[in-house]
Amino acid sequence: MNNKRKELIVSAISNGTVIDHIPAENVYQVFKMLKLDKTSHQVYFGTNLESKKYGRKGIIKISDTYFQDEVINKIALVAPTATLIEIRDYEVYSKVSVSIPTSIEGIVKCFNPNCVTNKEEVTTKFEVLTDETGKLKLACHYCEKITNKNNMVFF
Amino acid sequence: MKNRSLVSINDYSKEEIIRILDLAEEFEKQPLQNLLGGRVVASLFFEPSTRTRLSFETAIQQLGGNVIGFASAASTSVSKGESLKDTILMVANYSNLIVMRHPVEGSARYASEVSSVPIINAGDGANQHPTQCLLDLYSIRKTQGTLDNLEVTFVGDLKYGRTVHSLVIALSQFNTKFHLVSPEELKLPSAVKRHIKEAKLSYEQYTDFTDVIPKSDIIYMTRIQRERFPDPLEYEKVKNAYILENAMLDNSKDNVRILHPLPRVNEISTDVDQNPKAYYFQQALNGVFVRQALIATIMGVK
Repeated sequence: MNNKRKELIVSAISNGTVIDHIPAENVYQVFKMLKLDKTSHQVYFGTNLESKKYGRKGIIKISDTYFQDEVINKIALVAPTATLIEIRDYEVYSKVSVSIPTSIEGIVKCFNPNCVTNKEEVTTKFEVLTDETGKLKLACHYCEKITNKNNMVFF
Repeated sequence: MKNRSLVSINDYSKEEIIRILDLAEEFEKQPLQNLLGGRVVASLFFEPSTRTRLSFETAIQQLGGNVIGFASAASTSVSKGESLKDTILMVANYSNLIVMRHPVEGSARYASEVSSVPIINAGDGANQHPTQCLLDLYSIRKTQGTLDNLEVTFVGDLKYGRTVHSLVIALSQFNTKFHLVSPEELKLPSAVKRHIKEAKLSYEQYTDFTDVIPKSDIIYMTRIQRERFPDPLEYEKVKNAYILENAMLDNSKDNVRILHPLPRVNEISTDVDQNPKAYYFQQALNGVFVRQALIATIMGVK
């Protein structure tokens, strides 16, 4: 009940996508990755909302827009806890948790300036690894160097 | 293995590595074998390298193949701004196999994805140098009689030394105990250590060299380069700490052998050269046989 009212603080949409449970500090990063500053559709968002599960969370609602798997993978890199909800005619049509992919293509730049992906027209490709502390890192398919979470630059 | 590129030593399984080494033994006994019958191998050295290039070209000619290519990118279409992809596509039209050395990391993997003929990576920047690795493995097996259960000590620049990276990754398949000796600034990168950990093997890291010598079956020396240190003072502090002198080998095992990918500057004192435990010059010769074995395998003639 309480939760429902909170979501309503950020206006309901009739058709489109709701991205919920984004870590509050990464809302703007998700915003940027989805290029929402360039969309012509209505976008609502809230951040630092209360969440029983995560403390503080963010939420983004985008009208009349649905995302491909590749884009969902992008979100998983900065918001592994996020939920994607597809809304059709004010109803929840589908609900999926984003999952961290085992490999990603063309989303992140390789941190190594001497990598072929930074020198020639080559799409980046990484194997997704987690270190001892559970932090994500990416092993480049080409130069085999590791790009840490702190060094990730998104296209 | 026929028609498959070799870009990184992890492209080969343990069994495939052993197959190449066994075949290299045959070529050591009988190096002149006309197996390629005039087939063309391209040797593309976008970055100069005397030893590796001559070793490859000798291997090709001893197999009865013909070599086309270049020894530096300066006199080629690359200097006019041609992309790597275009160069590779063009050369693949003229040849049955491409051997390439390139200063950019990942270039060989990329080339293997666009090329219609197999690629052998002869070094891509600071990343991989798998044929050096195969000849290191060959040298270790030849001097120790086995690759399994050895104590291998790596000394010097473990951060940037690509031959170290490839060899550590390969030896992780042979139950090796690793001793890693380097200054703090030049420790083995985590991307390489991950392979040791995945194989559930143990390694120890040292900044001091002397204690580890008596334990070692193989001592793999590398050069520490001044340009790796942002602070010249730091280089001055460590530059003499990783020099192997003959007297340091007094308490070493009888079977220990000293390897070095060469060129050496001062990290192995010349008085070690006369010691029967020095193996670095024979090591370089083994490169020809290993490359013959590799080329013959990829071309499907052995």
